[in-house]
Amino acid sequence: MITASHAEHASGHYLSHDWTLRGWLLTVDHKRIAWLYAASITGFFFLGGLAALLIRLELITAPGDLLSSETYNKMFSLHGIVMVWFFLIPSIPATLGNFLMPMMVGAKDMAFPKLNLLSWYIYTVGGIFTLAAVIAGGVDTGWTFYTPFSSLFSNSAVIAAATGVFVVGFSSILTGLNFIVTTHTMRAPGLTWKRLPLFVWANYATGLIMVLATPVLTVTLLLLGLERGLGIGIFDPALGGDPLLFQHLFWFYSHPAVYIMILPAMGVVSEIIACFSRNPVFGYKGMVISIAAIALFGFVVWGHHMFVSGQSLYAGILFSFFTFLVAVPSAVKTLNWTATLFRGHIWFSAPMIYALSFLGLFTIGGLTGVFLAALALDVHLHDTYFVTAHFHYIMVGGAVTAYLGGLHFWWPKMTGRMYSELWSKVAALALFIGFNLTFYPQFLLGYSGMPRRYHDYPEAFEFLHILSSLGSGVLAIGYLLPLVYLGWSLWRGPRAPANPWDAYGLEWLADSPPIKHNFTETPKVTGGPYVYD
Amino acid sequence: MSEQAIVDPDIGYQLIPTEASDYATQVDHLYYGLLGLSALLIAILVGLIAVFGFRYHRSRTGARRPRIAGKAGHRIEIGFAAMLALFFMGLFYWGSHLYMDVYGDEPSDITINVIGKQWMWKVQHPDGTREINTLHVPVGESVTLRLTSQDVIHSFSIPALRLKRDAVPGFYTTARFTASQTGEFRLFCAEYCGNDHSRMRGRVVVMSRADYEDWLTRHGEGPSPAVAGKQLFQSHGCTGCHQDSAGAPAPALDGLYGRTVPLEGGDTIVADEAYIRDSILQPQKHVVAGFQPIMPSFSGQISESEIFQMIAYIKSLQPGDWHQDDASGATQ
Repeated sequence: MITASHAEHASGHYLSHDWTLRGWLLTVDHKRIAWLYAASITGFFFLGGLAALLIRLELITAPGDLLSSETYNKMFSLHGIVMVWFFLIPSIPATLGNFLMPMMVGAKDMAFPKLNLLSWYIYTVGGIFTLAAVIAGGVDTGWTFYTPFSSLFSNSAVIAAATGVFVVGFSSILTGLNFIVTTHTMRAPGLTWKRLPLFVWANYATGLIMVLATPVLTVTLLLLGLERGLGIGIFDPALGGDPLLFQHLFWFYSHPAVYIMILPAMGVVSEIIACFSRNPVFGYKGMVISIAAIALFGFVVWGHHMFVSGQSLYAGILFSFFTFLVAVPSAVKTLNWTATLFRGHIWFSAPMIYALSFLGLFTIGGLTGVFLAALALDVHLHDTYFVTAHFHYIMVGGAVTAYLGGLHFWWPKMTGRMYSELWSKVAALALFIGFNLTFYPQFLLGYSGMPRRYHDYPEAFEFLHILSSLGSGVLAIGYLLPLVYLGWSLWRGPRAPANPWDAYGLEWLADSPPIKHNFTETPKVTGGPYVYD
Repeated sequence: MSEQAIVDPDIGYQLIPTEASDYATQVDHLYYGLLGLSALLIAILVGLIAVFGFRYHRSRTGARRPRIAGKAGHRIEIGFAAMLALFFMGLFYWGSHLYMDVYGDEPSDITINVIGKQWMWKVQHPDGTREINTLHVPVGESVTLRLTSQDVIHSFSIPALRLKRDAVPGFYTTARFTASQTGEFRLFCAEYCGNDHSRMRGRVVVMSRADYEDWLTRHGEGPSPAVAGKQLFQSHGCTGCHQDSAGAPAPALDGLYGRTVPLEGGDTIVADEAYIRDSILQPQKHVVAGFQPIMPSFSGQISESEIFQMIAYIKSLQPGDWHQDDASGATQ
């Protein structure tokens, strides 16, 4: 065994090659950078998860007793900031995307390998600022930083937290830029646009959104800093500013940001469902058009976060109209994934269970989004637990589930090891059950009127809060289990062959784990993706 | 820390909160419509996954039948998208139509001023009666809430009326409702506003007209907003410029409300509440044609509730009022 692994090391796959601190921290190999990101986002994920756990513990009883209101407010702010910017935004793109984009287009690396490493360092610097804000006592503005609360009234570490988010934005822009240029210029001979895997299309569209939307967030946070630090009136009405301007700018980024989170997830799910039903993705062209439509319409729906804010009545109506429209391509994608199963050869492997969980949870998240798009209904549901439940179905039920599915699907490729089939299925099921138990009751809470961000609430809502907190315990198991068995597989897992699932895609032509430059010779592509029999 | 007692109304858990207005019932119908559509779509989705998962499981080997041809596939996709878009347009219309009801600017029987402040709701009734964290309204009459905030953004939320509106500093927002049922209902601040956000809640009490009148007389204190506004107008020295005789350095304000005012630079503006508010706090924003921009700002010297009183006073002024006032003014 030892000799065998020595022999392999000598052959030099990307992990064995130069296993030193320097070899990792100065690497420009997209595969190693993917691991740097994976380790960082996993750390932040469990930090954000810990905050969520404290929130759920507090909410088991109606009076605000476990945490003080200050601590509670800091916990949900920390949870939101960390989960959105330090986990969800980079999650699939920076890990799976970084690892797979070059491989899927048959390239040796990204178009700009050094920028790729730089983006991880920028992410790390941003992360340090955010952690500093936590150590400095935390921030209590919520992840949305609404003015004038954030600019004038909050006494917490707003500047440090906003700086962290400001900085991390640049890493996002660099990753997006790399995806765009890599897709345009690094495709192997014969790999035309119509032959690209949907995962590449999804990350390409995500790259465009990152590059176009993130600068607006950067500017917004800068303006917030100017008002808070120097008293320049931009958002504060007492200084002649406009508090709604902040919301417009913030959501101009933060709504497309939802698509930064969900589009790559859609890419992952397309790959998994095709492979484990042994069918080409139904309606490839429709899927690509849907990706483009979602990315495009995502830019004109931001005002649906402001239906009760006092923006013009007609602006509200227009934003509602576009929001209904954006639901159509998402629905078409759901139809196509389901149709891909038709007359297939279905294998309920762990990645497939994750992908099908995604399908169900994303559909519930999407349909409840339609409830919120309907203006009068949004007036009732706005800022209630219904909204909390809705976006968790999209971001956690959708994006996180797909991330885990993708991690399992490509784990053998990334590590060269197989994981426990049994435990991975147990974890996938725990996630599905725990997730629904946590968040389904929140829809009911929302319609009955329970507002978000409440530390102390009327006793009538207690029972559903208890259910939700119980669910979060099960959900936690679903997240901790993979840490254990995937970690275990790194040392003890059986060796993975190059293509354990019999899947199509250039990444499966490479060794598991791949050599430093992915392929011994540049692959030539002669047909479309998903040529399952 | 303010530790004022919270006055939650005594209501148990309600899957669907009491429908305290006809509007609430209509919103619930939209909700049921969407629930029905969602249930149908989810049932189809889960059904198909289950059937396909069983029927086409890899253990069931055998000759594979041909998949759906490309052309038929496109038809299915386009048909599905078109059908859904049609449904969505119906729901869009339905939702928007109701939205115009709550936020439209039709006149109401009563206008009540609401001011959000960390961490309480201050309510001003038309006769000057005030209350905190509770809103008393008569049943069956249309009520417009005119909201603003003294500090950060708050949101006035009454689930039983399916009503919610942000109170934004520096702006007036409005919302309308007509309660159809007497009783006590929940009132929340829905927009996160800092430490005691979750304690910024209370009750909406819907009562009969007679009970409302009775309540007003029992709690009414002090002058009406227009009278209080007049006192403020005098004590802040506004009369010095605005109510001077001919050749005054500032425009006269009698009969101003609702009129179109010509501005320096050729624009015009309708003198509504927001205009009057702006003119008090940011006098340089809209300078009336023919006048110098010499008015000082009263920002910081006058509270939001006092501004409401000033507006009430200015609204109460009929054209020519001041002319008579001047004649009798000597006695004041």
